[in-house]
Amino acid sequence: MKNHKTIVLSNQEIAPGYFRMRILAPDYTRLAKPGQFVMFRVQRALLPLLRRPFGIFRAGFMPADCDTMPPKEFIEIIYKVVGSGTEIMQGLHQGDPVELLGPLGTGFDTGATRGDNILVGGGIGLVPLYMLAESVAEPARTQLLIGGRSRDDVIAVTEFERLGVKTFVSTEDGSLGDAGLVTKVLEKRLESTPQATVFACGPMPMLRAVAEICRMRGVRLQVSLEELMACGVGACLGCVVKGDGHSDAQPNYLCTCKVGPVFYADDLAWEGMPAAAGGDCGETP
Amino acid sequence: MKRRDKDTTTVNLQVEVAGIVLKNPVMPASGTFGYGEEFAPYLDLNSLGAVVTKGLSLYPKAGNNTPRVCETVGGMLNAIGLQNVGIDQFIAHKLPFLEQFDTPVIVNFFGNTQDEYAEVAARLDALPGVAGLEMNISCPNVKHGGIVFGTDAEAAAAVVSAVRKKTTKPLIVKLTPNVTDIRQTARAAQDAGADALSLINTLTGMAVDVKTRRPRLANTIGGLSGPAIRPIAVRLVHQVVQAVDIPVIGIGGITRAMDALEFLIVGAKAVQVGTANFVDPNAMATIITDLEAFCRAEGIADINDIIGTLEL
Ligand SMILES: Cc1cc2nc3c(=O)[nH]c(=O)nc-3n(C[C@H](O)[C@H](O)[C@H](O)COP(=O)(O)OP(=O)(O)OC[C@H]3O[C@@H](n4cnc5c(N)ncnc54)[C@H](O)[C@@H]3O)c2cc1C
Ligand SMILES: Cc1cc2nc3c(=O)[nH]c(=O)nc-3n(C[C@H](O)[C@H](O)[C@H](O)COP(=O)(O)O)c2cc1C
Ligand code: FES
Repeated sequence: MKNHKTIVLSNQEIAPGYFRMRILAPDYTRLAKPGQFVMFRVQRALLPLLRRPFGIFRAGFMPADCDTMPPKEFIEIIYKVVGSGTEIMQGLHQGDPVELLGPLGTGFDTGATRGDNILVGGGIGLVPLYMLAESVAEPARTQLLIGGRSRDDVIAVTEFERLGVKTFVSTEDGSLGDAGLVTKVLEKRLESTPQATVFACGPMPMLRAVAEICRMRGVRLQVSLEELMACGVGACLGCVVKGDGHSDAQPNYLCTCKVGPVFYADDLAWEGMPAAAGGDCGETP
Repeated sequence: MKRRDKDTTTVNLQVEVAGIVLKNPVMPASGTFGYGEEFAPYLDLNSLGAVVTKGLSLYPKAGNNTPRVCETVGGMLNAIGLQNVGIDQFIAHKLPFLEQFDTPVIVNFFGNTQDEYAEVAARLDALPGVAGLEMNISCPNVKHGGIVFGTDAEAAAAVVSAVRKKTTKPLIVKLTPNVTDIRQTARAAQDAGADALSLINTLTGMAVDVKTRRPRLANTIGGLSGPAIRPIAVRLVHQVVQAVDIPVIGIGGITRAMDALEFLIVGAKAVQVGTANFVDPNAMATIITDLEAFCRAEGIADINDIIGTLEL
């Protein structure tokens, strides 16, 4: 956990409205765990004021600009342009100064990935699943279900395929893969691999449906949540979600930035989960 | 490149507020620094003038529904609802961590009733690891129709004197800006026994999501903080410094040493940094270094020589 004053290495539009940014990030290949995130300072100026949270898509090394230098360590984030901060981000270029606070939060419990795994990503919710897919012991026993509104919302599929995981794409408008919701695909996949562990990240309505499917079948589920965050380090208490058994008399608030963003579904109180939690990325349902 | 020799003239940054000696005039604002441990990976707590805790109450408090925070231009709204672990947990699990550092611990606290304020103060008074108390009077009195203690001079005086009876530790009263004339509550707090005042707490505000037509905070109304409120805070500190004889701690929108200096020049003896900790977890360390650099550049040997030097 550190604040790096660093620079952008590259920033490219990969689908309409979706960008992939590579950022110089010393130590991240060693420190970043699947499901963790960074608090990203978009620019030195106080606009936007607060940092923005982004999941770490992957961490890696790239050759330095000249042979005598050690390779450069980087992370990649994939972001959707939804508001003032991401609008500034899409205009950033190689060499622009930015700041990274991280890696933050508690990621996926990767100890649970032995055997069959089903990874469910809705839209931009795919991001934290890549490092998880990289970490599983048997990629061939890992299935990735990607859902999006249309083909434009389905990103990075080929990279997952390169890891050797089986991918199943579905879009709500049928423009790519199966037509319909990703949850329908999940139900089908659970028929053939009922012992699988499920890992999900995406919009709250999707997560809610996934949680219900897994609960009915007694399937273990880990979910990655999004909440509005100010600090990212557990200090402001802005990002809480209600934990299992929460009541006004016996509050059980959990910080998404510390205890999460990944939770076991059983540890959360699903009733009354606000619409803001979950990666709706600013789209009002 | 020609390098000038590093100027090593020593500058005194030490100040004293209500008997608490601070290495420098910079400390976090309550609620933006957790219980200190959250920021320890990023900042040396020994470098701070003091640590100020999240507001504590007699019993643990759940806080509000989410969303609890949202950004506005140059600032943010929060309605955390004073979620905290309660005084017992604080003493058992949070205070021991803070006691490791050579930095005074100021405990911010509040109550739902006058009796609760008094009881928390009594509990804190017994703790050697606590250097001072900061009482947040921007809370509703549940026994009196929810009127905020700090918006009424009489209610403020009553609750401050109830607390004063329970503690001999330095007592800082934190004022709300959501009043017509802050000098009245400032004087009321002073007369009821406050050793120092800190201001400002957040300004009440509201933001609306125009697509859903709902308030952007679950609580509808929240507290505005950050750079947007600084001119208001500087004005209020200026007015309060003129109206009272006890030391004042300036708070509101400080992100840089230059901002802190504004408060010191109008007469604040120290400052608290809030929202800026979220922008840069190392903000206070930078402010302290830059304050020293400013003094050196201006040929000022002691930061106390800047305090209250406003030219009118
Ligand atoms: C742990 C975590 C991981 C995330 N990972 C990614 C990611 O990999 N890729 C990605 O594109 N986005 C991700 N997000 C969401 C991302 O943080 C927001 O989209 C971003 O902050 C919006 O900033 P903005 O200034 O462009 O929008 P703003 O102008 O701030 O707001 C525009 C809209 O975005 C919503 N929003 C703002 N902040 C958040 C937030 N923290 N979480 C959810 N919605 C928010 C607001 O409700 C608003 O409707 C993640 C959020 C969290 C909490
Ligand atoms: C998220 C958040 C939580 C806060 N919690 C408290 C609190 O518990 N007690 C208190 O007295 N003030 C609290 N405050 C107010 C700050 O201490 C400070 O007075 C205010 O934010 C103005 O300073 P700033 O502009 O530097 O943030 C809180 C502020 C924020 C942003
Ligand atoms: S974002 Fe501040 S506590 Fe989680």
